Amino acid sequence: MSVITGLGVVAPNGIGVKAFWAATLAGRSGIAVLDRFDTTRYPARLAGLVGTVDPAEYLPARLLPQTDVSTRLALIAAEAALNDAGVDTEAMSEYDMGIVTANASGGFEFTHREFRKLWSQGPEHVSVYESFAWFYAVNTGQISIRHGIRGPSTALVAEQAGGLDALGHARRTVRAGTPLVMCGGVDSAFDPWGWAAHLASGRVSLVPDPATAYRPFDTRATGYLPGEGGAICVVEDADAARVRGAKVYGDIAGYAATFDPAPGSGRPPGLRRAAESALADAGILPQDVDVVFADATGVPELDRTEAQALRGIFGELGVPVTSPKALTGRLLSGGGVLDVVCALMSIQEDTVPPTFGTTEVPAGYGIDLVIGEPRRMRVDTALVLARGRWGFNAATVIRNHWKRD
Amino acid sequence: MTMSIENLRDVFIKCAGGDADALPVDQMSVSFEDLGYDSLVLIETSATLKREYGVVIPDEQLTELRTPAELLLLINDQLAPAAVAGRPATGI
Repeated sequence: MSVITGLGVVAPNGIGVKAFWAATLAGRSGIAVLDRFDTTRYPARLAGLVGTVDPAEYLPARLLPQTDVSTRLALIAAEAALNDAGVDTEAMSEYDMGIVTANASGGFEFTHREFRKLWSQGPEHVSVYESFAWFYAVNTGQISIRHGIRGPSTALVAEQAGGLDALGHARRTVRAGTPLVMCGGVDSAFDPWGWAAHLASGRVSLVPDPATAYRPFDTRATGYLPGEGGAICVVEDADAARVRGAKVYGDIAGYAATFDPAPGSGRPPGLRRAAESALADAGILPQDVDVVFADATGVPELDRTEAQALRGIFGELGVPVTSPKALTGRLLSGGGVLDVVCALMSIQEDTVPPTFGTTEVPAGYGIDLVIGEPRRMRVDTALVLARGRWGFNAATVIRNHWKRD
Repeated sequence: MTMSIENLRDVFIKCAGGDADALPVDQMSVSFEDLGYDSLVLIETSATLKREYGVVIPDEQLTELRTPAELLLLINDQLAPAAVAGRPATGI
């Protein structure tokens, strides 16, 4: 069994697990007007921004010239996760530790700056650090270098589904014999180029009010808001964790990924199959699931297909469903991992956070969406879902490590 | 024109990160390896020297250098060849 023993969170509405979870229960939002460049003429201006972090407070000065904002946030989250897990990486064999991060957008801001130099001043003005600061594997690489992690490591790219894929691959790596694997996802793309890429999806809400722009599963849903940040987890073999006396947040009990059929094929989307496969992988039935953390895109057509999948698996109003994403925006590779953090905290505190912003769910969806207030209820098993653009689906089952009657 | 130790220190700080304390001027004979300056730092430094000082350090020479002090000699070789060669820099 693979267990989660450490969490590092850098979210728009909170740095650190405690601050993030408190904000999630209280409905404190990290949505704000994007002001890192002049956005006044853009059709949408709201985003989930990690506002108050000074990387120089957290990171060695030597790392600053070579890192994009997304990598800085990833390094902060990784260090926090190791500290939370009480792991001294220097005392461990470097080949007994791995790192798997998902990444959806690379180092956008860094690259935008260097590309501007390329076309306006010439190639000799481009920083040598651009050679790696832009690419998908950079967070895995920088975390590996900083903490001396040299065991099996990789980077995964699957848009918003990638974070859950990273957890799944970490579990696979632990099973194959690496005692400790860090995993998760962190993204940020809020320079003019990154913002244009977000808007090009056609799914970003154009509503200018932060309270109503992103309302997952609402009758008046108008799309989503993008966010930045994410989370890194420490995953360990359960026996190894027990030997070192680690605290355990929960088990990664099941995982599955699917890909949507080609448009026009007439076959259904792959989300339901991912969820059912993850339940089968965990060896449990739908009635064993206490809560579902939904992908919750906020795009009516996608909300409807997700609700349909949930209805198909759990039946009409068959399981509490929630999504705290309205407070952070969709974080791409960080999104699913942040939901896993929420699932673990829900298990720890027997409390399900509500879907903020949403007030009225279409009756036809047939889902029991937790809205308004946190719901106090026993939580032992959570299903976390994530969909990435262009067909990615991932599902993870998170379960209480400690048996209760 | 020559480059001072402080000038070169500032170029390194800009290229490798850190504040002025990260590379004290009396440490310029410490090896790049001990300073933690890898090949990327040296390439970035070389590019900056070319852009801002017009000094060209060929890659094969760059990889042979072991300390900031050696690099400074090479730079000033280029910036003031006459003075370094020991000839009086007059009549220019």
